[in-house]
Amino acid sequence: MLEIPCPWCGPRNESEFVCAGEADRKRPSDPEAETEEAWADYLFNSTNPKGVVREWWWHVSGCTRWFQIDRDTVTHEITPVEESSK
Amino acid sequence: MKRFSIFSLARNALTGHRHWEKMWRSPDPKREYDVVIIGGGGHGLGAAYFLAKEHGITNVAVLEKGWLGGGNTGRNTMTVRSNFLREDSVPFHEMSLDLYHQLSRDLNYNLMVSQRGMITFIQSSAANRVALQMANTMHIYGAEYRMLTLDEVKQKIPIFDPSPDMRLPVRGGVYQPRASMVRHDAVAWGFARAADARGVDIIQNCEVTGIQQENGAVTGVETTRGLIKARKIGMAVAGHGSVVASMVGQRLPITTQPLQAWVSEPVKPVLNEIVVIRSYYGTYLMQSDKGEIVVGQGCDPYPSYAQRGTFPIIEDATTSMLEVFPSFGRLKLLRHWAGMLDIPYDGSPIISKTNTRGFYIDVAGSGGFKTTPAAAKTFAHLIAKDTPHPLAEKLGLERFSSGRLIQEGGVSANR
Amino acid sequence: MTRLANGGVIDRQRPLHFTFNGKRYQGYEGDTLASALMANDVLIVGRSFKYHRPRGILTCGPEEPNALVQLVSDGDQPNLRATEVPLREGLEARSVNCWPSAKFDLRAINSFLAPLFPAGFYYKTFMAGRWDFYSRFIRQAAGLGRSPKERDPGRYERVNHHTDVLVVGAGPTGVQAAKVLAESGRDVMVIDMQASPGGHLLFHSCQIDSQPGVEWVSQAAVELRDRKNVTWLQNTTATGYYDHNMVIAVEHEPAESWLRERLWHIRAKKVVIATGAVERPLIFPGNDRPGVMLADAVARYIQRFAAVPGKSVVIYTNNSTAYAHLETFKAAGIEIQGVLDLRESLSETELGLASKSKVPVVVNSRITGVQGRSAVKGVTYQDESGIKTLSCDLVCHSGGWNPLIHLYSHAGGRSRFDQESAAFVPGERAQGAYSIGGANGTFSLGQGLKEASEIANLLFGEKSDDSASSALAVPVTEGEVSYRIDEIWPEKGLKGKAFVDFQNDVTTADISLAVRENFRSIEHVKRYTTAGMAVDQGKIGNPNVIGLVSRELDQEQTSVGTTTFRPPFAPVSFGVIGGNERGLLIIPARTTPMTDWNIANGAAMDEAGANFRRPFFFPRAGESMEDAVAREATAVRTSCGIYDGTPLGTFELHGPDTAELLNRLYTNRFDNLPVGRGRFGLMLREDGRLFDDGVTFRVDETRYLMSCGTGAAGAVYAHIDRLLQTEWIDLKVYLVNVSAAWATMCVCGPMARKVLDKLESDIALDPSFRFLDFRDGTLEGIPVRLARVSYTGELSFEVNVARRSALKLWTILIDAGKEFGITPVGSETSGVLRIEKGFISPGHEGDNITNPFDAGMGWIVDMTKPDFIGKRSLLRDMRLGGERQHVVGLLPDDERAAVADGSALLPAQQELSRSGFQGHVTAACFSPTLKRTIALGLLKDGQSRHGEKVIISGLENSCPATVSAPVFYDPKGERMRG
Repeated sequence: MLEIPCPWCGPRNESEFVCAGEADRKRPSDPEAETEEAWADYLFNSTNPKGVVREWWWHVSGCTRWFQIDRDTVTHEITPVEESSK
Repeated sequence: MKRFSIFSLARNALTGHRHWEKMWRSPDPKREYDVVIIGGGGHGLGAAYFLAKEHGITNVAVLEKGWLGGGNTGRNTMTVRSNFLREDSVPFHEMSLDLYHQLSRDLNYNLMVSQRGMITFIQSSAANRVALQMANTMHIYGAEYRMLTLDEVKQKIPIFDPSPDMRLPVRGGVYQPRASMVRHDAVAWGFARAADARGVDIIQNCEVTGIQQENGAVTGVETTRGLIKARKIGMAVAGHGSVVASMVGQRLPITTQPLQAWVSEPVKPVLNEIVVIRSYYGTYLMQSDKGEIVVGQGCDPYPSYAQRGTFPIIEDATTSMLEVFPSFGRLKLLRHWAGMLDIPYDGSPIISKTNTRGFYIDVAGSGGFKTTPAAAKTFAHLIAKDTPHPLAEKLGLERFSSGRLIQEGGVSANR
Repeated sequence: MTRLANGGVIDRQRPLHFTFNGKRYQGYEGDTLASALMANDVLIVGRSFKYHRPRGILTCGPEEPNALVQLVSDGDQPNLRATEVPLREGLEARSVNCWPSAKFDLRAINSFLAPLFPAGFYYKTFMAGRWDFYSRFIRQAAGLGRSPKERDPGRYERVNHHTDVLVVGAGPTGVQAAKVLAESGRDVMVIDMQASPGGHLLFHSCQIDSQPGVEWVSQAAVELRDRKNVTWLQNTTATGYYDHNMVIAVEHEPAESWLRERLWHIRAKKVVIATGAVERPLIFPGNDRPGVMLADAVARYIQRFAAVPGKSVVIYTNNSTAYAHLETFKAAGIEIQGVLDLRESLSETELGLASKSKVPVVVNSRITGVQGRSAVKGVTYQDESGIKTLSCDLVCHSGGWNPLIHLYSHAGGRSRFDQESAAFVPGERAQGAYSIGGANGTFSLGQGLKEASEIANLLFGEKSDDSASSALAVPVTEGEVSYRIDEIWPEKGLKGKAFVDFQNDVTTADISLAVRENFRSIEHVKRYTTAGMAVDQGKIGNPNVIGLVSRELDQEQTSVGTTTFRPPFAPVSFGVIGGNERGLLIIPARTTPMTDWNIANGAAMDEAGANFRRPFFFPRAGESMEDAVAREATAVRTSCGIYDGTPLGTFELHGPDTAELLNRLYTNRFDNLPVGRGRFGLMLREDGRLFDDGVTFRVDETRYLMSCGTGAAGAVYAHIDRLLQTEWIDLKVYLVNVSAAWATMCVCGPMARKVLDKLESDIALDPSFRFLDFRDGTLEGIPVRLARVSYTGELSFEVNVARRSALKLWTILIDAGKEFGITPVGSETSGVLRIEKGFISPGHEGDNITNPFDAGMGWIVDMTKPDFIGKRSLLRDMRLGGERQHVVGLLPDDERAAVADGSALLPAQQELSRSGFQGHVTAACFSPTLKRTIALGLLKDGQSRHGEKVIISGLENSCPATVSAPVFYDPKGERMRG
């Protein structure tokens, strides 16, 4: 059971949250300008790193805010991401 | 390779078992191979075996960073089945079942394939509909998947609670008679021994750290035991697909997530069939030959390479198990563990060429153990001929750029 | 019986009667089953797993591999360790895994066949024929106890606890650490496996601060328990150490009598692991015979239970701890035949203890055999002068100590082999886990206490100041034997069976064989031989396996390494893991204000998605499901039906950019929707596949009310919320889930208007109230929002009302509708109505490749919009072309044909064939309106095949059918607009 540091509610159990994927997956501003390959990459591919990944978490059973954390996928160590650095 | 049999066992018993040969050699890596397979699990060792057996390619090395069979091959719940929804999935998984049922003899190694049958409890009309669709698709491919009445389920599994007062009463079941349990370690060991006998070099404690290429084609791998040249490289590294593929800059449509499994203390036989309780948390359980109740559920809800899971999954699965099997409350959890799955976006296996010539990938998908022989056989075909096996044509990466995914939504919880 | 007249903590005033293997015995309050059996001279308590060798009690704790029993009283529990079962009046237990009895077991024949069963023998045979055949017999022989058949009557709960520091183990070091930490003002939780604090001091005498150690601990515990910042639990086992310092612990027999066990989720900032160590066996032929016991265990039985397992003992050791027991044994009246020590020399203390007890010591000696099959008669041993024998009825051995590094390893900590203590000890640390004392390989009590103080001070990075330091003084200990061990392994090719895993019957020969067959990894050896895989999970035996493998491979033990320590530390009942989420508390069902009414009116209930229970249909007496559905559907088509639509998801979207948001979410436009009107919208996933559909109303210029499918509601909410908070953060829109605020009932059918007309209302139901309009007002004084929406294809009014008024209004409507035959309708019926109308359901017709054009919904896709979710992927589909499956209607030639959902579609004239698969039936029913079977399906290139024949091939039935447009009823939609 991870302990997720919600920037609004403080540290809470993982069960209150949804892990919502890699934060660097950003919807292209003009999807039609994307090649098929780039579009498929956006839709389906992940970096899926072994190590630190910046990801979105959703405090669905709490304040319902979406926020980013840096999480190590090997140690599960979590570092909060400052609002300003996004 | 000296063949195993009851006679060889008896002969060796007379000499105090001092004369058994090594199951496989521990060779030093050669400088160059025709094919290097990265990953010494069931898929990689199986691919090497089929390369040697069916394609005559024996100058092959299997590189394993730890001990062979130490990844998901040794961490699953030992279940093989072919109850799937899509016409692209069923024949592939059927081939896998067929192969499993003949492998013990082919490999001269007892994989302990125990045809127990699988019963999925039906607890809602939606579950009934999915089961019906699956049964109807499967029967086109000659795979038996049969609806059972509540009484028929009771007859097969006398110890579950058939009470109509449950939160989700069991209304009946759907049954795949051919679903089986297979001794997981034996799959790796059997393939390894047979591949080794055909000349394949199995090199353990050899981690790949880089892949060399020239003009868009692979030329070799850098490893913790030095550079090894290879014309073709096959990747079969469940749980590390993104890491290895990134060595050639290939991004994959996968996330790596822990899948947990656990066992109870062993008890005398109480459960013959493999049971799936999908309606609560998607829990499945079965009793191993040794007597342990083996239980599993869906993946942990976030990516991880940690090979350990989060306890709430076990709590959820236990509540759903106890709802249907209330007498198991006094059995005890003996140990729990996790494997790491590379889960493709659509949940189906990826057996594919890549943007780099000579670099082939086998991503086992959300249930790699059950597909092991079929994936190994079709992967070997792809590597040897550079064109997909007919039964794996739809399993390439192309399906993502074309949007023709093979989604097995109805079975996602049961890996 | 062999019970000392004095000593121990048993209550001799309170005798207890119990039955073991059918025979009645007597013990005392305070006994465990094991100690009571020992006091009754019961030697054979079980049989081993493979060879069915007779086995006696080996240890005194949870690590016991041999004495496994089925507790028949108290609910039939399998595989309990007799060493952990508190004795109770009337307790009844049996040995597991033997037949007909532990004393005489027919399967002991396996012992004679043993040469045929080396490690891994089953991989090498039984290939011919099917394994199922052989496994049936093997499975019967395997397994230990039997599973209970009855529902577990126990009640359990799970609780959460947060603390600054958790101390696991209330032995002397754990208590010392807790003292220091409590003094610093931190919140401290102490949990301890045993009934009372003290750890190994409960069994051994030792002085701390000039008082008996156990008293020092008890006194400290009493003081600590009174403090506000201390939480203290006995009988509580920490079973696993998980991420972010969460420790799971099981409290046995809590104070609440109704509760059997309680599962603790303890989140700590730091965790002090003071779990001690367990004794390791020595490896020698016959080391499994009943009467061969671990030395420390024997001392524990004597000290704690006044139970004496023998009269004449030979002690066998490679370390100093056995010497500390000499006095204890002597005082218990055991005649000590001698100490056989593997080491070449003894320390002065050891020599002193031996001579004080007048015990002969033979150094440099090793046991070569144990005489006696079901009871020890003596040992043969070899020393420098040759082979000799000693008579005895008890052999006590000690191979050193295994620090309990389980929790430390669960946390992710590494272990390393420490040469001096010949043990795997904690190495590189992970998370907030700190091991102290025996658990850290510190076997000296004095050192352990010092370590406890140091670690406790260090934990929060604080220096102890002078004022605190007096309270924190390290206690002074006396009477210790300093720990000395020499690791000495048996010679290779040992004659006779010497066991390294007692329960799974793994011998030194098995380990050698595995290595010979090139299983070199310790994990391979474990899996091939099954060493360490029994219910004790190798707690006592694993280090011996590692040692043997390292010797066979000629490698350092550190590089051989340990196998992974997998939780739990001790087995945990599934009951307590499940907690109180049983019965109706497992995934509690969601209800609507009409649920009780529905059930009272005979509804057959079904899961409706999102954990709602909803009427499936309303059978009347004697009606089949088909009858009921036909009656309900006919009512909707010819008169009037009423349907509880409350489970649908409802979201309110408010803000200046709401129209823009909806334009991007839906395939069609919403910015041009007039206020007061609703519009059907289709939502795609970004990959172009059907996601959800529903009607959205424009309440005012900047406020919309969106409805979506029940099952999809959660996903739709997440989808919109994600886009608003992570992608389109510039859009000014509030999203509020108001699903639970509204109740919805749908009055549908040609008489719907007449029903509503009977109610007093300020809403005009005249023709100006058009299809997809909505109006606010009251019905019978109840504020409502009335909308012209139709999911049935008939004239239909959706009544939205606050939940508190819903049931009242529902019953008013039912009463008002009586004269028109108003009929409550279930979800199965609405399914039939939607198939008749050909309304696409993303959950049915939506497939892994179906896009809106395939589904015949191109009319709702506005490709001229600059962007919407899914548009780019639709462009891809259009660009790539290729074969596609389209939604079609299917009319079987046999109008009464039974067609199952999911049936395959094959080309006409083609027999069942793998290559012919062209699609499948997505939904089928018998249409009560058309009086024939109809179906929707996905068919390759279906839109251009209307009028063609295909074969519907199902499991039960195969029939030819004509492909048609996927609308069977009122294709122009005149009825619902009417």
